[in-house]
Formats: sequence, C-alpha cells, structure tokens
Amino acid sequence: MAELLRVSGLQTHYTSFGGSRVIKAVDGISFALREGETIGLVGESGCGKTTTCLSIVGLLPSAAHIVGGSIEFDGEELTKKRPREMRHIRGGRIAMILQDPMASLNPLFSIYLQVAEPAFYHQRVRGRSLRQRVRDLLQAVRIPSPEVRMREYPHQMSGGMRQRVVGAIAMAGGPRLIIADEPTTNLDVTIQAQYLEVLKDIQRESGVALIFVTHNLGIVAKVCDRMAVMYAGKIVEQGSVRDLFRSARHPYTQALLGSMPKLGSKEPLFAIPGQPPNLARLPSGCAFHPRCAYAMPRCVEEEPADRLVDVEWKARCWLTDQEPAKDAYADATA
Amino acid sequence: MPTPLLELSDLQKYFPVKTGSLLRRKVGWVKAVDGVDLAIFPGETLGLIGESGCGKTTTSKLILLQETPTAGTIRFNGEDVVSLRGQDLMRYRREVQVVFQDPYSSLSPRMRIGDIIAEPLEIHTDLSREALADRVSEVLELVGLQPDLARLFPHEFSGGQRQRIAIARALATNTRLIVLDEAVSALDVSIRAQIMNQLEELQQTLGVSYLFIGHDLATVAHISDRIAVMYLGQIVELADSLELCAKPLHPYTQALFTAALPAHPDERHEKLAITGEVPSALNPPSGCRFHPRCPHAMPRCSVDAPVRKEVASQHTVACHLY
Repeated sequence: MAELLRVSGLQTHYTSFGGSRVIKAVDGISFALREGETIGLVGESGCGKTTTCLSIVGLLPSAAHIVGGSIEFDGEELTKKRPREMRHIRGGRIAMILQDPMASLNPLFSIYLQVAEPAFYHQRVRGRSLRQRVRDLLQAVRIPSPEVRMREYPHQMSGGMRQRVVGAIAMAGGPRLIIADEPTTNLDVTIQAQYLEVLKDIQRESGVALIFVTHNLGIVAKVCDRMAVMYAGKIVEQGSVRDLFRSARHPYTQALLGSMPKLGSKEPLFAIPGQPPNLARLPSGCAFHPRCAYAMPRCVEEEPADRLVDVEWKARCWLTDQEPAKDAYADATA
Repeated sequence: MPTPLLELSDLQKYFPVKTGSLLRRKVGWVKAVDGVDLAIFPGETLGLIGESGCGKTTTSKLILLQETPTAGTIRFNGEDVVSLRGQDLMRYRREVQVVFQDPYSSLSPRMRIGDIIAEPLEIHTDLSREALADRVSEVLELVGLQPDLARLFPHEFSGGQRQRIAIARALATNTRLIVLDEAVSALDVSIRAQIMNQLEELQQTLGVSYLFIGHDLATVAHISDRIAVMYLGQIVELADSLELCAKPLHPYTQALFTAALPAHPDERHEKLAITGEVPSALNPPSGCRFHPRCPHAMPRCSVDAPVRKEVASQHTVACHLY
C-alpha cells in the first residue's frame, strides 16, 4: 500500500533561558507509515513520544521548535506549513485522540455539535445530511441510541462513552491518519478492550492509518502492525510487532518485554536497573548504556547508528552486528 | 491451615445518599461494600481485583479503619479491631500500613525523607533520636536506597524512588500487613518491575503480608498468591492465583481474562462477550449483580443472589452455573 507519512530525521528541541538550555526531546527520529497501517510508539514517560505526535500535528508548545528533519504527509511537507494551512489539515486529514476524554470534550456543547464540527468545517456537510453523518459516526463507535445520545452533554456520559465520542469526533473530518496518545489509560480493563475493538473496526471499515502512543506493550501486541521503541528522544528499534516480540535486538526492547508481567506465570520480572535518563543531562555515547546489561567500552564513547536487521527492521545498537545472545537476559534475571 | 492474620466476615459499608441542602433527607444507600468475606494469611499476598467503583478502595479503607463498617467484623490475629481503643488501637495501626497509588501526593513536600519515615516511629515507639536514625537507615537499605538520602526532600526523587520511600515508611514500624492500593499502577513499566520484585523480596525476608489492590490482571496475578475478584461490592470469585489464571469460573472473571491484553501478538483472544459498563452501586441489579451483563444469565439470576461456595479446593465462586 501507498506510503502516507514519512518522518525523517525529525528533531524537536525545547529551549529555555533564551536558548542557553536545550532539551532534545526528539532527536533525529525516522519512521514511515503506510495507509491503513497501525504503528505503536512505545517508551517510558519522558522519552519523547508525545512531542513526536505534537510535532506531526503542529501543536507544539511555544518553547519547542522543530529544528531539523522533515514530516512528509500525503506528499506534502508539514514542517514548512503555516499555522493557517495546518488548521486545514488538523481535524480533517489528521485527527488526534488524547488521553483524557473529559479534557478534550467541551462541557458546554452538546455531543452533536462537537461531533458535527469537523464534518461541517472540513467536509462542508450541512443540514440534514450533517445530522445523518453524526448519527452514523456515533453508530460506528457503538454508542447505543445515537439519536438520543447526541442531544446530551459530556457530563451525562461515562468515561468509556466519552472516549468513544472523541473517537467519533476524530473520524468526523474524514481523516487519513489518527494519532491516539494513550487513549485508554484512564479506562477500565473491560471498557478498554471494548474501545480497542471499536478502533480496530473503524480502521477496517475506513482504512485510516493509526499512530498509537502507549507505554503498555499489551496494547501494542493487540492492535499494532509495527512498533517503534523510543528511548531518550531516539527510536532505538523499530520493526514488525511480531518480529520484535519474538526476537528483539535492542537490549532496551528486550528489557521492556521482560519487565511485562505475563498471565499465569510467576517467573521473576526482569527489572531494568536505574532510572530513565534526564534529557537535560544525557549519558555519553548510547544513552541506554548505564542501564544496559551488555554495555561495552565502545557504547560509552560512540553512539551507534541505525542498523538494518531485516527489511523494515532497524535497531540502534552495536550488538546488532553480531548474533544476539538471547539467553544472557534469562541469566541476568536468575 | 494457619490462622489468618486478617479476617473480614460479612463486611458491609453503606454510604447514605441525601438530597437537598437544608432538610437533608436520606433517599438511598450506596452499597459500596456488601458482604465481603476475606482472609489474609501471614506472609501471603492476596490480590484484590475489580473495575473502578467496585469497592476495592472502600474495602482497604475499612481495613485501615478510615471508615467504620456498617455491619460485619474485621479480625486481626483473632481480635475484633472495630471496637479497639487506646493502646490496642495504636498497636493495630502500627502493624497495618498502607502504600497509595500516587507517590507524588502521598509524601509531604515539606518534610525530609528521614522525617517522613521516622514519623510513624515517633508516634508508635519511644525510640531515642539515634535509634530512630538507625531504623530509618535500616529501612531505606531494605528498599534499596542509600541511607544518606534521608536528608533529601521528596522532589529530589523520581516516581519509582518515591514509591520505595512510601514502602520504607510502611515497613518502618515492624509492619505485619501492608495494603498496597494500586501501588504500582502509576509507575513506568521498567520501574514497576523493579518495585514488584522489591516487594516480593521484602516479603521473603520479613514475612510481611500484602493486600495488593489493582485493576491490571497480569500485574495482580503475578504478585499474588491468591486472588479475590470483586464486582459491585461483592467478592464473586476467590482462588489461588495460578488456578484462577488456568480456570476462571465466574463469567465476570472470564470476561476480565478475555479483556486482558495479550503478552504476545500471536496470542489469540476470543471476542469480549460482555457489553455495557458497571452499573451504579446506588441501584444495583437484583439477584446476581452481574446478570445484566452476563452472557450466561438465566431467569433465576435476576431473582436469586448466588452465594459464594467452594467448587474446588480453595476455589470459591458465587454463580448459579456451579
């Protein structure tokens, strides 16, 4: 399928104190997304997942600037767009779902108005067909009795319902790409499962591409085709979800997978020692080396570049030159 | 079977619902906890799992005596704790401690770490200043922190370290039972694994019991010896953790397992059979509280509330199917 989004060498830095202090929140990341595909952006808090998303939609806070790289969406370069042009794309061809549905819905407007707005502005739907459109959208996210529900206000709905409404709003502008930033973190497990199924159904019907930002690897295993693991502003490994879950090459990916509790197993978890690094004071060389079980002298001095493991499978580690020693982590946990 | 450390029997907590502001009239009750029977044995981890609003936190508050039960008893070492007063109550409070979900709001930003950990000791023991400092260093080392960090303030620590400090505070008074109310839910994956391993290690060395409250099945199942599944104020199933994972019996437990996220992309999951959301505890459904969402509901379920009974050894379930 055709390529929809290509992010190459993107660098987004936060500057403070008149530029004397620079935080490299996103430091040269590259990934591509095809139409109808789902990519999971995984990493711990503060690794630059959200900044990546905000760079794509052009909603960066004023302290942050894209200082390098390009974001190519549907043949257009987004980093060069003026705010005015971005407004036409955002909500239309690119939609975003945020973590907290209560904060992303306006408590003063009815569900109908909020779902209708993107269709009104971006697709110029009017009158009776707009009402029909809203009804269809609410139906698509499986809100029972949409005709009644669309006259209600956000406070009358439960958390799971609200997040579905946000999903309907995202779909209303007819997007080609939806960026979902931890959309299920506040939901209960059964509600989360229902919501993920709704998202997958929507994707199957409309062929929209999804960027799923999460720290939960279970969600990635459930809904994503490919995944990109971020650490300290860089993508350290990316590839198909199946390949990475089966034989991840980067020690950080392996460690993340090892620290995930598995149902019905009491084996001790692999805990990554130490803390995620402070982006203002990054370690030299490979940023992961202070926590890495395989760190070599070379890792302290020199930063590894992306290495191709397989087609569309890249890892940023000196070890990828050699065959992975898989059992070493099992020894480390014992 | 050893004697339980903590035993809840037929525990109930109803909150009155009132209308108006002046002539406040009671219009009903929220049955937050409605007939809970549980036992925690020494050195054991009991997992308590359920969705938001099912009464997990109210149960923990009842155990911590932050709320008085409407009915039922809480026994600690065979002694009824609700009627405890004075010295006996202090002893209970010393032996039962809590770790909350958010380590950013559970540690006072104006106190040094050493003072935070020493506070329960000052209240409950008459240790000298030097002995206090020794004990603080000791528990800090237990949770894997350097003793010289005691003079720092909470803001100088990361989330995972703060949670270790909260655990150290809970351990300081020779605690027998720690209530872990979503204690690892707010942490990053790698840090969560660190804290969970630390908790397991502490249990092995100190023999402390845990009540581990959570909503993530994989996490709770990993750390717990036995798991109680809670739905709308009632325990619907209780079993050994591995047994529950292998053979969940109650339709709600089965739904929780179906909803659990896969550990691997190749893992196939059947489609979630239950629909809808947890009903309000203000007006719970008649009969079995799960029947409106249950795929196996029978006419009897809406009339007759099932009683929890033993279906296999150490495996009890409240469902008419068994």
